[in-house]
Amino acid sequence: MRLLALVLHRLAWFVPTLLGLLVVTFVISRVIPGDPVALVAGETATPAQVEALRRQLGYDRPLPAQFADYVTRLAHGDMGTSLFTRRPIAEDLAHRLPATIELTLAAMLVSVLAGIPLGVLSALWRDSPLDHALRLVTVSGLAIASFWLGIMLQLLFAMRLGWTPLNGRLQGFPPRTITGFYLVDAGVTGDWPTFGAALLHMALPAATLAFPALATLVRFTRAGVLDVMQSNFVLYERAMGLPRFVIVWKYILRSALTSTVTQIGLLFGILLAGAVVTEAVYDWPGIGTYAVNSILRSDYNAVMGFTVWAGAIFIVVNLLVDVAHTLIDPRERAT
Amino acid sequence: MIPSKRASTASVVWFVLTRLTRDRSALIGLVLIGALLVSALLAPVLSTHPDDVLELHPAERLKAPSRAHWLGTDRMGADVYSRLLFGARITILIGVIAVGASLVVGVPVGLVAGHYHGWFSDLLMRMSDVFLAVPQVVLAIAIAQTLGPSLPNVILALSATYWPWFARVVYAETRALQKEVFVESTSALGASPWRLIALHVLPNIASPIIVRASIGMGFTILTAAALGFLGLGPPPPTPEWGRTIAESREFLPDAWWYAAAPGLAIFLTVMGFNLLGDGLRDVLDPRLRRGGE
Repeated sequence: MRLLALVLHRLAWFVPTLLGLLVVTFVISRVIPGDPVALVAGETATPAQVEALRRQLGYDRPLPAQFADYVTRLAHGDMGTSLFTRRPIAEDLAHRLPATIELTLAAMLVSVLAGIPLGVLSALWRDSPLDHALRLVTVSGLAIASFWLGIMLQLLFAMRLGWTPLNGRLQGFPPRTITGFYLVDAGVTGDWPTFGAALLHMALPAATLAFPALATLVRFTRAGVLDVMQSNFVLYERAMGLPRFVIVWKYILRSALTSTVTQIGLLFGILLAGAVVTEAVYDWPGIGTYAVNSILRSDYNAVMGFTVWAGAIFIVVNLLVDVAHTLIDPRERAT
Repeated sequence: MIPSKRASTASVVWFVLTRLTRDRSALIGLVLIGALLVSALLAPVLSTHPDDVLELHPAERLKAPSRAHWLGTDRMGADVYSRLLFGARITILIGVIAVGASLVVGVPVGLVAGHYHGWFSDLLMRMSDVFLAVPQVVLAIAIAQTLGPSLPNVILALSATYWPWFARVVYAETRALQKEVFVESTSALGASPWRLIALHVLPNIASPIIVRASIGMGFTILTAAALGFLGLGPPPPTPEWGRTIAESREFLPDAWWYAAAPGLAIFLTVMGFNLLGDGLRDVLDPRLRRGGE
């Protein structure tokens, strides 16, 4: 069972990577700032108060002991308390997660549904006006600052034209919570006005978030299809006189899209990262906005909680992509 | 591929440049980067209001683009165009130092990890994997937030999170070279590891490093702008582009030029480095040539 061995091998690296991430965040939060306790206590605290807080937080103990403590508490899902909201950070993050996931999935759907067909068309009609136009899209998608794109879209569609709301996830009451995804909840309960409103609210943030991902997918798909089109077996089928659409549909797409599938998995991670900035622009009540607000309030614990959290999600997604890749592509299994 | 080792550096550069100018998108990239460099170097000459980086003109607040103010004025009454030019200096500074520092750390790490086999190599690569396992912007936010908003801290945060990309590339290329006959035979002839790495391995993996550096410039500038936008960049009145966009938001939709201009500047700059990176890849590294182009 080579496949099983490979999956286990990847899993075995999962724990050290996660531990490494914890070391990095621990160093960032405890070692880089001269005195994290003074920072937490605030400028008005007296030295005695700072010392009391230091003992209370356990910061007077040696660093390795503190690290062990840090990891143990994280393992129990305890990320500490937000200095601003005075609530457990893990709870805050969990509460905001559905909003981020819903936005990310919507952006992923948009980029996949548009990106793959456009990439295929662009390769099939190489050097056509469509191909050139899409080239422009892919080049811009990777060069545009997503926060600026978001602001420009707001300026045009929300402020000037008034077609979409400016920001937020929904005005008024959210639908009855079942999954936490507003679109799903509203759809399941048959609350169509709310569904429409939620969709309108999501249009701009999803488009902003999807654009770089779409550019990546178009580029990747186009290159993949072109590669296969020039391969010997396609040349052979052409020489055999098979109709073009059969060659494209049965042979080219099938072998070109295997690698695109794994690319989609990687996109999820990229989208999650992009969500931080995009959410901040649109005041989307997800974990990205939480992180940005925590930065603005110098809420140390919350920023670190977010980093650990986002890192862990990212690592898990990459692991799943690796495994999926192995399952889909037999060549990977051979090595 | 870089021509034989006997070719002088100047002739290699000339070869690459002439090839690049033949590729339309690489040429556009070169022109865009050239424009950026000229804007930064000649900012005091090219700007119409060179003193506006620091001076306040309350009467001139939020004026639309006109002959006096080509790209309008901002909330302080400063000329947006002039501030953009001075902002180009910050952008280049951040990009060059952050990518340079990443090269200085990442390339030796990759070389050592790729050349030697053992626990130390594994440790080095695992370390870089940890950084690659998390989105760069997330870690950069955490570091920049801890250190406090300033220009050196932004550069530090970006360098600390970008070096693993170089380590990865260099590691993979060095490992691949280990199987080459010329490396084996040089080693068998008794060349010291340092001689082997510096004179034989490094020149042969220069191409992917250069390509990665160009793309890294674009990527780093984009991340730096995001940090600036989030308030983690150099503090005002620094004309940093990302921060300028953040400042402009409360004056929308009326002062559209205030938000549009710096974003466009970021866009053109990053596009320049990306196009150049693509072009360099085609010229230097034919193995990776873009599909069918």
